Amino acid sequence: MGDNEICFETDDRYNAFLTTCKKAPHGPGALAGIGVAVKDNISTKGIETTCASKILKGYIPPYDAHVVELLRNSGAAIVGKTNMDEFGMGTTTENSAFGPTLNPCDTGRVPGGSSGGSAAAVAGGMVRMALGTDTGGSIRCPAAFCGIVGLKPTYGRVSRYGLVAYANSLEQIGPMGRTVSDVSDLMQVIAGYDRRDSTSYDRPYTHIPCADINGLRIGIPRQYFGGGVDPEVAAVVTRAIGRLEGLGATTVSCSIPSMEYALAAYYVICTSEASSNLARFDGVRYGPAADSKKPWHEAYQEVRRANFGTEVRRRIMLGTFALSSGYYGKYYAKAQVARMNVKQDFARIFADVDVIAGPTMPTIAFKLGEKSDPLSMYLSDILTVPVNLAGIPAISVPCGKVNGMPVGLQVMGRPWEDERVIDVAFAYEQECV
Amino acid sequence: MAEGQVIVGLEVHCQLDTKSKLFCGCSTDYRNDGPNTHVCPVCLGLPGTMPLLNRCSIEYAMKVAKALNCTVLAESEFSRKNYFYPDLDKAYQITQYDKPLAEGGYLEIESDEGGEKRIRITRVHVEEDPGRLVHMGNAERGRYSLVDYNRAGIPLIEIVSEPDMRSPREARKFLNKLRATLEYLNVFDSEKEGSLRVDANISIQGNERVEVKNITSYKGVEKALTFEITRQKHLLRRGQKVERETRHFLEARGVTQSSRSKEQEHDYRYFPEPDLRPLNVQSWVKGIVLPELPDARRERFITQYGCSLNHARTLTGDLRLANFYEEVVRPDMALAALADTWISDTLIGELNYRDMSIDMVEPASFTGLLGLLRGGLITDTSGIEVLRVMLDQHLKGQPCEKPLAIVDRLDLRKVTVAETTGTQSEGSVPDLNPVIQSIHEVLAMQPGAVEDFRNGKKGAFNFLVGQVMKKTRGCADPAEVNRLLAEELKKKEE
Amino acid sequence: MATESEVTHIAELADVGIDREELGIFTHQFNAILEYFDVLDRVSGDTAAMSDLCNVMREDEVEPSLPQEEVLRNAAATEDGFIKAPRVM
Repeated sequence: MGDNEICFETDDRYNAFLTTCKKAPHGPGALAGIGVAVKDNISTKGIETTCASKILKGYIPPYDAHVVELLRNSGAAIVGKTNMDEFGMGTTTENSAFGPTLNPCDTGRVPGGSSGGSAAAVAGGMVRMALGTDTGGSIRCPAAFCGIVGLKPTYGRVSRYGLVAYANSLEQIGPMGRTVSDVSDLMQVIAGYDRRDSTSYDRPYTHIPCADINGLRIGIPRQYFGGGVDPEVAAVVTRAIGRLEGLGATTVSCSIPSMEYALAAYYVICTSEASSNLARFDGVRYGPAADSKKPWHEAYQEVRRANFGTEVRRRIMLGTFALSSGYYGKYYAKAQVARMNVKQDFARIFADVDVIAGPTMPTIAFKLGEKSDPLSMYLSDILTVPVNLAGIPAISVPCGKVNGMPVGLQVMGRPWEDERVIDVAFAYEQECV
Repeated sequence: MAEGQVIVGLEVHCQLDTKSKLFCGCSTDYRNDGPNTHVCPVCLGLPGTMPLLNRCSIEYAMKVAKALNCTVLAESEFSRKNYFYPDLDKAYQITQYDKPLAEGGYLEIESDEGGEKRIRITRVHVEEDPGRLVHMGNAERGRYSLVDYNRAGIPLIEIVSEPDMRSPREARKFLNKLRATLEYLNVFDSEKEGSLRVDANISIQGNERVEVKNITSYKGVEKALTFEITRQKHLLRRGQKVERETRHFLEARGVTQSSRSKEQEHDYRYFPEPDLRPLNVQSWVKGIVLPELPDARRERFITQYGCSLNHARTLTGDLRLANFYEEVVRPDMALAALADTWISDTLIGELNYRDMSIDMVEPASFTGLLGLLRGGLITDTSGIEVLRVMLDQHLKGQPCEKPLAIVDRLDLRKVTVAETTGTQSEGSVPDLNPVIQSIHEVLAMQPGAVEDFRNGKKGAFNFLVGQVMKKTRGCADPAEVNRLLAEELKKKEE
Repeated sequence: MATESEVTHIAELADVGIDREELGIFTHQFNAILEYFDVLDRVSGDTAAMSDLCNVMREDEVEPSLPQEEVLRNAAATEDGFIKAPRVM
């Protein structure tokens, strides 16, 4: 690491950051001297990593996540850890134990979640790029709500080593930025094989975005423009797709029948994995102390009840229930079959089209406190979760506004065709910005 | 099956002797080091870490599966077993559940009725060891636990038997055979403390099954089972029911005790480990070359060295012992029979008495001792004395003398009648050699025994022989003593 | 559908606990979500296919462990190199 430092002074009026590194060292490399924000569920050696939860308050990892090592090696300056929904569980960043993040486009609204802090940091001009994570839309949703660009890579393209696990089989770390080029540059740094992650593939990313989409075939799934989607949002996205046609692309109607149960399958799988991943938080090796005067079981329950937020506890319980004896077949096993069906639906469609396009989110950003019912919150993930179930790449790029709030165009691609998905977003951006 | 028949099944966990842990690169050689010194972010279960499978542990486990005649599954996978305990730092153990590495094999043991018996193996799988808990404090100051994660992540192989054993003895034989097999495969070190743990399932035919956990020694298995069977039989004799439950074995007191913890009702919520990929290793089986295993070695000892079945069983029942035998005999094959009896009937006993292991005996020294015995330089009794001196010297950390040096130092050379060569010189009196001298002395000191002999009392002669042996400090050749004593007694009668 | 006592039991099983005050509304929301999950009953098809990646392993080589202080650093209570935990019954 070089001797250089950047000075990161920021007036964080959006509560985007949980930790800021006022003097951030950096070295030489592709991102030399560029300040990058890192979502607070990604382990940073020597820097507090809380996942926006009280149960990790004060936890200082003794190691860097793989992507953080890569960031440092690329010369980037890590300027802070960003706010998020606790352990990634949420769509608005309102589930943070340290207060919600505000949307820079309208501070009365949510920035989206769970990578709301990273999105606000970029949208608010505090950093040029940020790392987020996407389990069921947690990069794409805040990118859409805040009017920036966010990519969820193909599953396995970016190492998860160091990402505090929420749902291992669904999540990926991904780049967020103001422009597609920035996102592409950051992707180049973080993508690639890591032997410590057994689900990681040897697929580096070395792509310069290209705006030529002549002859591109775009699938338009009717489920993305149906009843659950705000008509104004649908109209903006339809117009955006029209601009792509103007650049030489053609559109094809298609259908994803498995969308009927994709959301249910997603929530069964992610809560099941989460219930197991979060069981380790017991106040013994890290986090707030368990009361060693009490017996184990009691002390353990007490620490968790006091330090996990309501949504986290709810999802842990849902997952515990779904995996429990007698229910495994009904929930978890069925969800895996459903997942296979989603994968097959996409594979079938991709035989005839190159990318699939639609809105990222069914609405614009909600007002703070608007969505208080958990199920109604889950339902807003309907357009993003199929991508995670299938493991395919998807990007959200700003494509217009409704009531002054940004709308995101979501472009989904075949496994390993992150480059193509970037190109489509780039083409749109170049054409319309 | 006969009513009242004892039914025993065992679940055996053995630590595989790899250099690094199952899912991380921490060294497995933790026993002499301080707590929490063989730990990394992965085996500590820090948030964000991921397991990376150690190939060697699968290779070792497959050797075991092949040696136990199991079928390796076409696809196997790891699963999470979820439960909360302070020594389990991820709050789940990565193990194998519905897709283990191998299934359906057997191990042959000597049955209670004599003859060979097959104990069927249900499954063989790989899993990680949890950490170690130490219980501290007392009622006044408050109790708490201390945790050491050095052991967390050590690779374990779990071998589950069908309930085919019918007695504690058969269980011990199974365990010994299993241990020997694993050692022959060079995948397990039984000398390492805590490297083997056993859970036993015991029932009396027609009654509920009881699980006994926490048996950590070979002797403990037989003790635990004997106690448990007695306990169950007592209950049944009093007309009470045996409850289906889990009990813990308390080694120090030799009893099993009911576990009142909630773990009896555990729902482990198994699901496939999403951070690891499936195993597709069936094709590796044909490439696995097994070394000579205990049964084959036993047969070879019988045909090559002429050992009896029992001695061959004993010698090959422990890898180090078998190696010792062959090392002793290698320089001089003619010593095979002598080595066989001396090791089986004498050396093992002397070692056990001193709580010593066979590793502490130098094969060359033992070969030397056998040489002295075969050459007639010392008697068997003296041989035992020399052996004891050799062992005691090692035990006390004293410099170890060669057998011949010990013989000379303690003047243990065999005492015999001097052989007369050719004709006696005329009129000379034959030498009164020490043996004959001793005989005369004994006969003088034991007139009562001489009288008994004359009256036909059988034991009298042997008594007198014994007295002569004592007087010559075991250095006289017994056969010669017999002959000479008989002659002397006859002379007296005349 | 789950009753309040079943929900309490699940909270015990998951060791997260539920306060009396939140039990009512929590149960209501929990059941709404479970009802939504019922759509999975309509799913038909084969169980998941074999993964394309398999036999991902590493060589049996020793790598450095953390120094003891690093292992203990984040723990709330330690004693003689051990990590302190509440007593197990």
